[in-house]
Amino acid sequence: MVLTFVGATGTNRMAQQASWTKKDLTGIEELSRAEIEFLFQQADGFLPALAPGKGLDLMRGRTVVNLFLEPSTRTRTAFEISAKKLGAEVVSINTTASSLVKGETLRDTALNIRAMGVDAIVMRHSSAGAARYLGEVLDISVINAGDGAHEHPTQALLDAFTLRRHFGKVQGLKVTILGDILFSRVARSNILCLSKLGAEVTLAGPATLVPAALKEAYPQVRIVHDLKEALKDCDAVMLLRIQHERQTTTHFPSLGEYTSQFGLNVERAAWLKPAAVVMHPGPINRGVEVESEVADGPRSLILEQVRNGVAVRMAVLHLCTGAIAR
Amino acid sequence: MNPPDLSPLWIRGARVIDPAAQRDEAKADIFIKDGVFVEKFSAAEQAQARVIDGQGLVATPGFIDLNCRLGEPGRDARETVRTGTRAAAAGGFTTVVTMPDSLPAADNIGTIQLLREICARDAAVRVLPAGTLTKEHEGKALAPLGSLKKAGVVAVTDTTSGVQNNEIMRRALEYAAMFDLVVLDHCQDSSMTEGGQMHEGAWSLRLGLRGLPRAAEEIVVSSDCLLAELTKARIHLQHLSSGGSAEIVRRAKARGLSITAEVSALHLLLTDGALARYDTHLKLNPPLREESDRLALIAALVDGTIDAICSDHSPCTATEKDCEFDQAPFGAATLETTFAAAYEAIVAGGHADLALLVARLTSGPARVLGLKAGTLRTGADADLVLINPKAQWTATIAAQQSKGRNNPLAERVFSSQIRSTYVGGRLVGGTA
Repeated sequence: MVLTFVGATGTNRMAQQASWTKKDLTGIEELSRAEIEFLFQQADGFLPALAPGKGLDLMRGRTVVNLFLEPSTRTRTAFEISAKKLGAEVVSINTTASSLVKGETLRDTALNIRAMGVDAIVMRHSSAGAARYLGEVLDISVINAGDGAHEHPTQALLDAFTLRRHFGKVQGLKVTILGDILFSRVARSNILCLSKLGAEVTLAGPATLVPAALKEAYPQVRIVHDLKEALKDCDAVMLLRIQHERQTTTHFPSLGEYTSQFGLNVERAAWLKPAAVVMHPGPINRGVEVESEVADGPRSLILEQVRNGVAVRMAVLHLCTGAIAR
Repeated sequence: MNPPDLSPLWIRGARVIDPAAQRDEAKADIFIKDGVFVEKFSAAEQAQARVIDGQGLVATPGFIDLNCRLGEPGRDARETVRTGTRAAAAGGFTTVVTMPDSLPAADNIGTIQLLREICARDAAVRVLPAGTLTKEHEGKALAPLGSLKKAGVVAVTDTTSGVQNNEIMRRALEYAAMFDLVVLDHCQDSSMTEGGQMHEGAWSLRLGLRGLPRAAEEIVVSSDCLLAELTKARIHLQHLSSGGSAEIVRRAKARGLSITAEVSALHLLLTDGALARYDTHLKLNPPLREESDRLALIAALVDGTIDAICSDHSPCTATEKDCEFDQAPFGAATLETTFAAAYEAIVAGGHADLALLVARLTSGPARVLGLKAGTLRTGADADLVLINPKAQWTATIAAQQSKGRNNPLAERVFSSQIRSTYVGGRLVGGTA
């Protein structure tokens, strides 16, 4: 299953080109199941390179710019490490350092970065659709590290990759996504990714954050507002961070109320099947959506997710930049 | 406006549709002399007249647009009276009502006078200004409606700001009625639409964009009906987008309320699924909604619940729309494709004949504001459109008159076209 692409031979290059032709990763929406599985095979092969002291030179001489126009520590760091593990140079730009605050348009910022001879831009942006827009403007790779409430494809890929490594497969798994679905790009990408890989997805949380209309948008999902019902049969529960910065006050009364109704504590975790796992994209609000005992407990795959996130992002960077003819 | 062309114009053997006169003749002649329609020509006039062979063409009154923006004063990077009225002429419109959200806003007689001076110099078609209902269209204090009327406004509106306070709306309606001014209302409860980018539904959920729910429009349509009943004032509901709104208006009209309504051609043709690729040119307010809404709006247009089709022409520069979706302004530049788009939706779509479409572009809007325009009757100003109902053409930005670069229907192929537009017997758009 593991592809030996390190020091890639001509044959492997051809296999790569046959299976991956996209210069950008803007959303899970655009990916086929075959492409997702191909990317996972690449990521499997990158796992050994995560060990301290290890690294590859597949992107030696290439430059990756992290353009983060919204605060992020984890995703930006993971992308930086991923690019460095591949031997690329990395430059990170974040909101405060950016000229966007001076009124420069996204197009101009991106074209200026492009003009400096960059191979890929990893962007986080508060506007839904921004990554797709940038991908259309630029002829270099654009990787979406989160666009508004639209998509966060690498998070969904690393989540599914983690499930696949833990359970051996994603097909047939029952996965509950719990919390703020309405404002969550992680939820959207996960719904698409898990469905494409054959998992059954349940969405759970308060009706204001998990509106019934989601069923029209994603007919394949089940919507549940009763926590016990949402937890009892699933193989994995993905908790979402309650995003204070996005919700207006009308979506739920208070953090305390949310915790009392939907927070995952030890008693509620006992409703889960014995083999069920708990996941979270981070950063965790300890004591809000999840209690520490659960987040740090034996069911938790949270740190596995973080580790796998580097391998998955290495695969994304490698495949997307490799898809551009040179 | 330039003086009328004095040589008589004779259109021979066209299909003639004049809904105001209940006229739809398969083959008839039209005679224009000294800028007005006349009964017939003398032998001498016939001899000196310019003759247009109407074979295969349809002659109708010039169209009336109740909702457009011509950029001036203050937004001339987007549009000017010169370019905007030429776009109107190219689209078959001979009379247009301009929205008052200019810079400065048309909430004072000075701005109205300035606009009228610019129009006297530059306009290719008849421009009727609307004034604001409240100062700066902020919904707080009444604008000087009596003075505005004297300065020449034909209606008052706070446009996309809407009036959010029912007490102010009530008093504004009572005050406007005293001057026989129709109040045009953009129906939207802004407390429900903060940050909204598109119709709230399956597509907004998929795209991760905040929604503008139908209810935000329907609530204000309902309250307008109630206030029309209370005040007996004339309210015209602008660019309805929700099927539910149409049903509320239908019931209000059945109860005898003097409510009228319009719909934009884009809302008759397109739905929210068209936004799947975040095309900022389709970012409209009110937003494109679902197929059920589109069909309900068409049904309401056909049965007369909706009185008029408007362009809702809102030109933007290329730069303004070349950005992230949620940072782009709302609106589309539509004057030149409104007729063709409505034709696709209504006539090619099999919902009604061309005569119905013409009625909603001429006699319908004329009745809303009590205008004399919109008819081919003898003695009326010779505002005329010749339509080629079987002309395939492609709308392009390169060939358009408008400065606005935001026509979402650019590069679309249409099956009927405006051939010529005359204002007061003078050719202002298309070919002679």
